[in-house]
Amino acid sequence: MADGNPPPMRSFAQAASTEEIVVPSRVVQIDGLVALKIIKHCKECMPALVTGQLLGLDIGSILEVTNCFPFPSRGGEEEDEVEADGANYQLEMMRCLREVNVDNNTVGWYQSTYMGSFQTVELIETFLNYQENIKRCVCIIYDPLRSGQGVLALKALKLSDAFMELYRTQVFTGEKLREKNMTWKDIFEEIPVKISNSALVSALMTELESDAPATQCDFDRLVLSTNPFMEKNLEFLIECMDDLSMEQQKFQYYYRNLSRQQVQQQAWLQKRRAENAARRLSGEEPLPEEDPNNPIFKPLLEPSRLDSYLITNQIANYCGQVNGFAGQSLSKMYLMDAFHAD
Amino acid sequence: MATMGSTVLHLPSGPTGVVGKLHPTVLFNICDSFIRRNDQQERVIGTLLGSFSVDGTVEIRNSYAVPHNESLDQVAVDIDYHRTMFELHQRVNAKEVIIGWYSTGSGVSASDALIQDFYGREVTNPIHLTVDTAFTDDQANIKAYVSTPLTLGDRPLAAQFHEIQLDLRLVEAERLGFDVLKMTVVDKLPSDLEGLEGTIERLQDMIDTISRYVDNVIEGQLPPDNAIGRYLADTIASVPRVNSDAFDKLFNDSVQDVLLVLYLANLTRTQLTLAEKLNTAAQIV
Repeated sequence: MADGNPPPMRSFAQAASTEEIVVPSRVVQIDGLVALKIIKHCKECMPALVTGQLLGLDIGSILEVTNCFPFPSRGGEEEDEVEADGANYQLEMMRCLREVNVDNNTVGWYQSTYMGSFQTVELIETFLNYQENIKRCVCIIYDPLRSGQGVLALKALKLSDAFMELYRTQVFTGEKLREKNMTWKDIFEEIPVKISNSALVSALMTELESDAPATQCDFDRLVLSTNPFMEKNLEFLIECMDDLSMEQQKFQYYYRNLSRQQVQQQAWLQKRRAENAARRLSGEEPLPEEDPNNPIFKPLLEPSRLDSYLITNQIANYCGQVNGFAGQSLSKMYLMDAFHAD
Repeated sequence: MATMGSTVLHLPSGPTGVVGKLHPTVLFNICDSFIRRNDQQERVIGTLLGSFSVDGTVEIRNSYAVPHNESLDQVAVDIDYHRTMFELHQRVNAKEVIIGWYSTGSGVSASDALIQDFYGREVTNPIHLTVDTAFTDDQANIKAYVSTPLTLGDRPLAAQFHEIQLDLRLVEAERLGFDVLKMTVVDKLPSDLEGLEGTIERLQDMIDTISRYVDNVIEGQLPPDNAIGRYLADTIASVPRVNSDAFDKLFNDSVQDVLLVLYLANLTRTQLTLAEKLNTAAQIV
């Protein structure tokens, strides 16, 4: 059954003005090369925290990362110089890489972290900075310390869309957040990571694989000493708790002030009404029931909940790490027990 | 080899003591630049960065490709590019210096001497790394060379490339896991427990192999090897001998510590979720 006419062609202007639907990226595909480079860079500069840029292609629901380069670390120079230097470095690097046919497209950045403590306001701001230019950008977090335990601690994060919109309004009161139904879990979204290699590289690696039955990674994993890692984790957890309790105190202070203000308002209102009643009796004009100039009517600013959200996120992260680590150490200890029984 | 002339020919003597240590990032970089080369080029050339250490070992840490043009008798290398990239890399890591250059393709060709000469001006004894990407001989051939000039009196004749020993330092690749790097696509990075499982399996395999070997030796099927026997005895002796009570106490203490911390962490998480539910439930007027 054919229509009489073909569907009407859209004019170019119409086509240009329809919004592109941005498909959220569902998987991040990293090249083995990128993973190795990130590991190398972060390990070399430990314990300093470093960052770098990710280059790649954005196709469909897969975000491919094919190359990366590290940023030079700032050495305590003046802010302006460092800014200009950094931008210059980036431009030069991208120009040079383009000459050797590397994908010239920025898709995000990576940073190293210390024991998983990466949730800061700066991270959010950097995300927003990137998001303005690139539709889908991702941040890869690498934890060199945890990788010393034998786990590859590489994750890809993205700010959730709902949170980004909220951030733009810069309002983080309880009401707003309840409206959007946002919990502290919703700030960052983790995207699953895939690793891909070119055929040449995989052929080379297959040839070069060492014949030893165990690798250094295995030795790292089987280390029995659990205390240092746990201690550090707990230390950070406790610090975060302190921060959280400070935030709570801020809120309590605010609520106390709010209720005090309301009591004052009620009292004032009572007085006014009494006055008005008296005036009516005496036949004068009643005074208005509101007085915007009175300081007790000034609305109090509710403190932003963003920090407490970030802190709770951080705490949850630490707890997760402790969980994973405890699982491993328990298995190792039971293994030792079995050995000893023999 | 050069022909004899009326003046004395100087030939190098003695083995070269230089050992090269190769990081996996360099290999990956080289392969990547080979794949991305322009259509007309047959091979890729680039600079190697790294460090020289006191005892003669050279660590090859990083590399970048340099565009070049090659024809039958001429080679043109983009020197500006090479300098710019070097400066950029220096900014990130000042310790990495130019130590040589690499090229894909097997063997050493005639134009390499010229390139070696150019790099010889940057550093005293440049290393030349060749990576055989075409897999001639069905093997992954990665060779490193240093060159010595052959002079006939005062006139430089040729450069002789000696192979040097190359050590593949694949610790970082191991961290990722060879399984991850061998396949073309890995769907999911292995989680902690899966990794631990793999490790324990490998440990078990190793112990099985050893126990089979010992059984065979006892039954007389295999000739006993004193060195291996002594090594095994040492390894088993290195397991600390703690008497049962002390070990039990140690074990219980550690397990209790870990469980306590685990409980605390879970408690915190529950508290957070609960607090958040209450926050959303409470209506503040």
